[in-house]
Amino acid sequence: MSTLVQERKHTRVARRGSRLGRGLRALITGSGILGFLFLYIPILILIIFSFNASRFVTTWSGFSLRWYGELFQDDAMMLALRNSLVVAVVSTLISTVFGTLVSLAMERHRFFGKLAFDALLYLPIIIPDIAMAVMLLLFFVMSKITLSLTTIIISHVAFNISFVAIVVRARLVGFDRSLEDAAQDLGANEIQTFWYVTLPLLMPAILGGALLAFTLSLDDFVITFFTAGVGSTTLPLRIYSMVKLGITPEINAISALMLMTSMTLLMLSVILQRKGGGSVADIA
Amino acid sequence: MTANSSTPEKHSLLDVIRRRPGIQVFLLIFPSLFWLVLFFAIPLIIVFVYSFLKRGPYGQVVWDFNLNNYARFFDPLYLKIFARSFKIAGITTVLSLLLGYPMAYWIATRTPKWRNILLLLLMIPYWTNFLVRTYAWILILRDSGLINSLLMGWGLIAEPLPLFGNDFAIIVGLVYGWFPSVVLPCYAAIERLDFSLVEAAQDLYANEARAFFRVIFPITLPGVIAGSILVFIPSLGAYVTPDLLGGAKSVMIGNVIQSQFLSVRDIPFGSAFSFVLMVIMLGATLIYFRVGARTL
Repeated sequence: MSTLVQERKHTRVARRGSRLGRGLRALITGSGILGFLFLYIPILILIIFSFNASRFVTTWSGFSLRWYGELFQDDAMMLALRNSLVVAVVSTLISTVFGTLVSLAMERHRFFGKLAFDALLYLPIIIPDIAMAVMLLLFFVMSKITLSLTTIIISHVAFNISFVAIVVRARLVGFDRSLEDAAQDLGANEIQTFWYVTLPLLMPAILGGALLAFTLSLDDFVITFFTAGVGSTTLPLRIYSMVKLGITPEINAISALMLMTSMTLLMLSVILQRKGGGSVADIA
Repeated sequence: MTANSSTPEKHSLLDVIRRRPGIQVFLLIFPSLFWLVLFFAIPLIIVFVYSFLKRGPYGQVVWDFNLNNYARFFDPLYLKIFARSFKIAGITTVLSLLLGYPMAYWIATRTPKWRNILLLLLMIPYWTNFLVRTYAWILILRDSGLINSLLMGWGLIAEPLPLFGNDFAIIVGLVYGWFPSVVLPCYAAIERLDFSLVEAAQDLYANEARAFFRVIFPITLPGVIAGSILVFIPSLGAYVTPDLLGGAKSVMIGNVIQSQFLSVRDIPFGSAFSFVLMVIMLGATLIYFRVGARTL
């Protein structure tokens, strides 16, 4: 039945726009293409100039891997990379477990105060980074917790639980519970059912959520900036302080690497989610 | 543990959990609840309380309950910053719509296979490092940047154009950062549009402009509103973009909050500022959900 609907939809799509005049159609196509160029040209410029031999950031003087080489000689940069990875891995592990558990409760149980908890779960996504950043800073200072990698991790978990929960809950909505009933009819207890049926079925969404959390953690600047202490500089913080000191080709190289890493992770996350039956729009 | 030893059954703990769904729910919720209350709700309450306090002479906080911090918003200096932030966020939203709506229309009228590819292409940069994407615009816009050095190299201009360190640069950076979030809800609305309505309008002799403004646009308006809010919210609260692309004069709300906390050390006033920003955002988000963005 769904293919019939799709087919009808398809012919409707094919006819779409056909009634619009040539001028209007050209305008729409033009802005579509223009939009994608606008989106990708700055990224391409950044990547191209990261291979520039010249010390001057925007004058091309031949292909070179010099800046990538300098990057790996830079001890401060390597420490920042290590810090970023520690924060991203730890905060992803914690938020993925917590986010998955809470999704199960939200989609399958009714309990007192659920609506309020739902709001609390959405809030970290809604409120602006800068507000969340200062409020965590104030909290850590007041409770006399020294700012360090730990405070960054705590903060990242606080926003990542919500993102993981959104992705996992989307999957749980379309979950066929008769599969769990079948397992229980065949004598599996709750834990076995969860371990051998529910979890494997949820896995694409859980991994998708984890990858999203990992990317967000790796990329976060504002909240990290406020909750980082001495010696806990992450990559975005390092890039920021380099940009503030002056533009160097080394920044292009690290930026290009970061862009390519996030793009790869995101592609993976989307592929996982599509496997899990979600659509591209789910992660929007 | 002691309760366990009194029952000889092997799965006694599991049985207790099984018989009482309340415990199950509690175990599922507890970790996140604990974390979000301790590291989100309590800090939020602290900021709220602090916004009514006073800064002492050495930057410490004095417990003197008053509304002065909120009254200070009416200082012309801060009113101007609020007005500028709203103006920049407004212009960013309009420009994002002008670019994003036709783009959404274009994507929605492709074949299903292409639609998925184009949506993915739209999403990828959106989720990559915002700082790095903003940095790319420094390379392009600054005085010795790509545009100015190209134009000067071709002899078209003698002096670099003022593209950097002003509101223009901030708006470019914000549109670049956030316009994909206009495209998605508009796309969702246009994709569901029943085009036979457009045909009906045209059969009844509506010209293109009338068909668009009287039929297509009103039907897809929820998508337009949802998308506008999704751009407006982050633009109003922007911090990185004005910090990197704007000049000393192009300060926005986010930069005021940052300086109150980190340099001026007037934490109560900074708290009041961030609280007001949060309230504006929550208001906008409620409108977003009202418009039915969830059903889009």
